[in-house]
Amino acid sequence: MTNDMFIQILAAFLFTMGLLVVLLRRDTIMILMGIELLLNAANLSLVGFSNSSHMIEGQLQVFFIITIAAAESAIGLSILVNLYRNFGSIKTQSATTLKG
Amino acid sequence: MDTTTYSVLPFLILISPLVGFFINGVVLPLKYKGFAKTDANVAGGIATFFIFFSFILALISFFQLKGLEAQVGSLTSYCFEWFNFGGLKIPFELRIDRLSGLLVLIITGVGTLIHLYSTSYMHDEECVGRYFAYLNLFCFNMLLLVMGNNLALMFFGWEGVGLCSYLLIGFWYTETEKANAGKKAFIVNRVGDLGFLIGMFLLFRELGTLSFPEMINMIQTNPDQIAPSATLICLSLFVGATGKSAQMPLYVWLPDAMSGPTPVSALIHAATMVTAGVYMIARLNPLFELSTVALSVIAHVGALTALFAGTIAIAQTDIKKVLAYSTVSQLGFMFLACGVGAYQTAVFHLMTHAFFKALLFLGSGSVIHACSGEQDMTKLGNLKKYLPHTHLTMLIGSLAISGIPFFSGFFSKDEILYSTIALPGGVSYLFVVGVLTACLTAFYTGRMMSLTFYGTERLSHDVKHHIHESPALMTFPLYVLAGLAALGGFLGVPHLLGDYLGHMPHALSHWLEPIIPSKVLPLVGVKMPLHEGLVMVGSSILAIFFYVLGVSLFKKVFFISDLISGIAPLQKILANKYYVDEFYDLIIVTPLKKIAAFSSAVIDKLVVDGAVNGLGRGVRRVSTELRALQTGDLQSYGLMMLFGVLVAAFFIFKVLV
Repeated sequence: MTNDMFIQILAAFLFTMGLLVVLLRRDTIMILMGIELLLNAANLSLVGFSNSSHMIEGQLQVFFIITIAAAESAIGLSILVNLYRNFGSIKTQSATTLKG
Repeated sequence: MDTTTYSVLPFLILISPLVGFFINGVVLPLKYKGFAKTDANVAGGIATFFIFFSFILALISFFQLKGLEAQVGSLTSYCFEWFNFGGLKIPFELRIDRLSGLLVLIITGVGTLIHLYSTSYMHDEECVGRYFAYLNLFCFNMLLLVMGNNLALMFFGWEGVGLCSYLLIGFWYTETEKANAGKKAFIVNRVGDLGFLIGMFLLFRELGTLSFPEMINMIQTNPDQIAPSATLICLSLFVGATGKSAQMPLYVWLPDAMSGPTPVSALIHAATMVTAGVYMIARLNPLFELSTVALSVIAHVGALTALFAGTIAIAQTDIKKVLAYSTVSQLGFMFLACGVGAYQTAVFHLMTHAFFKALLFLGSGSVIHACSGEQDMTKLGNLKKYLPHTHLTMLIGSLAISGIPFFSGFFSKDEILYSTIALPGGVSYLFVVGVLTACLTAFYTGRMMSLTFYGTERLSHDVKHHIHESPALMTFPLYVLAGLAALGGFLGVPHLLGDYLGHMPHALSHWLEPIIPSKVLPLVGVKMPLHEGLVMVGSSILAIFFYVLGVSLFKKVFFISDLISGIAPLQKILANKYYVDEFYDLIIVTPLKKIAAFSSAVIDKLVVDGAVNGLGRGVRRVSTELRALQTGDLQSYGLMMLFGVLVAAFFIFKVLV
């Protein structure tokens, strides 16, 4: 197993973990952390490909993603605060008023 | 002025009543916010002025026409191009030639008198502005019908007069019966108009033009081109004529149309509109000459209608109904004349009929006006004492229609009767029918005069209290028309009589010569060996005898069955107009209503409503099932999104690549 292959498998593993966290955990803070994990798994994959194909663009892209992830988590946390104010809880099963 | 300056005359004649319509129908209602406040004298004055203006112009153009060369004699106004697509070019072109000039004079002349009469007759009605607006609009359309230089323009006028007739019959639309009479007139006319349209389309297909001069030129130079389809075209056009001119089987609307104001009956349903069919046939006479079958049909329908309506008129008690059936009968006479090929005689009778029938209608209007709206002759009687002017003028009118010698009806009716045996197109038994109808005409006219003006007085107390001779504004038109009805016949003195009177020519047929080639009537009939003089003397004696009989029999009784008890059942059939209305109800109106009821109950309720409601119900049922998918839970949406991405990825990598 080459070094590049290992990096991609690690990224896929992290992505799967993040996805599971997003889909299975009921706590909104955990979901936000899962989203961070997904983004960073993608970052890792980009860096790995950038390294193996000797192209700088992949690493460049990662900087943008980190910036956007910071903005995303700021918005996510503010939504979370509002969620708590309105429902008295930050569990996803308490915010189901859009049920058809 | 040269002729080009005169050529604007037809346009001015046409447009003048339209201006009157615009003022009475648009300007004044806008000013007064509705029709109610327009003063009757103002509205009537405006309407009368504009139609009188047309009459003056018509007189000018008549004298101008007289000075022109006979063969090319016409005044033509080219206004603008009306239609131009494909091979069809229809200009808006008006033309006054010798035939349409005569009709224009009758329409504007009689029209002016009737407008004048209406000003007084309709004085106390509400919304007179509306009435006079319609009346002017009618004159506009009638003039368009007559002056239009192609069939399409004629059809425009044809429809326009139908519309105005509907509006005026239903003038008192608050009464359901009168509104229904208007609808009936409109719908029955639609049937005829379909025939007219088909005839027009066929003519266009055969000749490629609708302009009258071009069509007639093509027919005369190359008759073989159109001869094969002439019968079909003529019969289609005649169907149109039966609708507008109230011939069998489409005459049923005219008696009902009497529920309109009486001057309307005089103008539209006696003098002008109902003669449109006769005018159309006279205008297209070279075409009708090509089809002996069509002419024979026209003659038979005309004769049958004349007799049929004449018998009904005997048993009616409503004075206007008698006159209505009499009109149908006289129109039948005109078609009989057309059918045997005596077009100029038909036009002659059209003219004299316009005079004496307008007179009789206006006279009956004067009676109705004087007797507080009473139209039932069984409740009148001995009005001679109270209404001397009306009596005198109506007497002249009744003598004219009965064909008493030297009144106008005598000349025209006698010419028709003699034409049926003297012309090659004639049939001997139609002559017998014609004579019979002429006797009936004299008889029921005498009866009408007797029941109204002579005999015992049967007025109710109220009516008698209010009775008064009509004002001068109403009697003046009566006297003018009486003069025309008495003397109008001398325009068409037959040759036989003219020779004795010092070579007096048949002025009318001479006048119409360029448009209707006159046929020489032999002195002895070809279809029946009768001398012209014998026919004339015989029909005069019969007319006088039956008129006197009609007057003298009905001094005290109302019906023939009161004198001869054996014919009571016949009387009942006649009084009920042969049950034709009931028959039409049974075979046309009732089935149509049933179909409509079926459609509304079954097709609309089940099929249409079912489709609409079913669609709504189906959508609702499906959505009830689908809404379970929307759980409101964030993470189940996320899961679905994951599945979606997986399916998309599978589709992209396995199926597409």
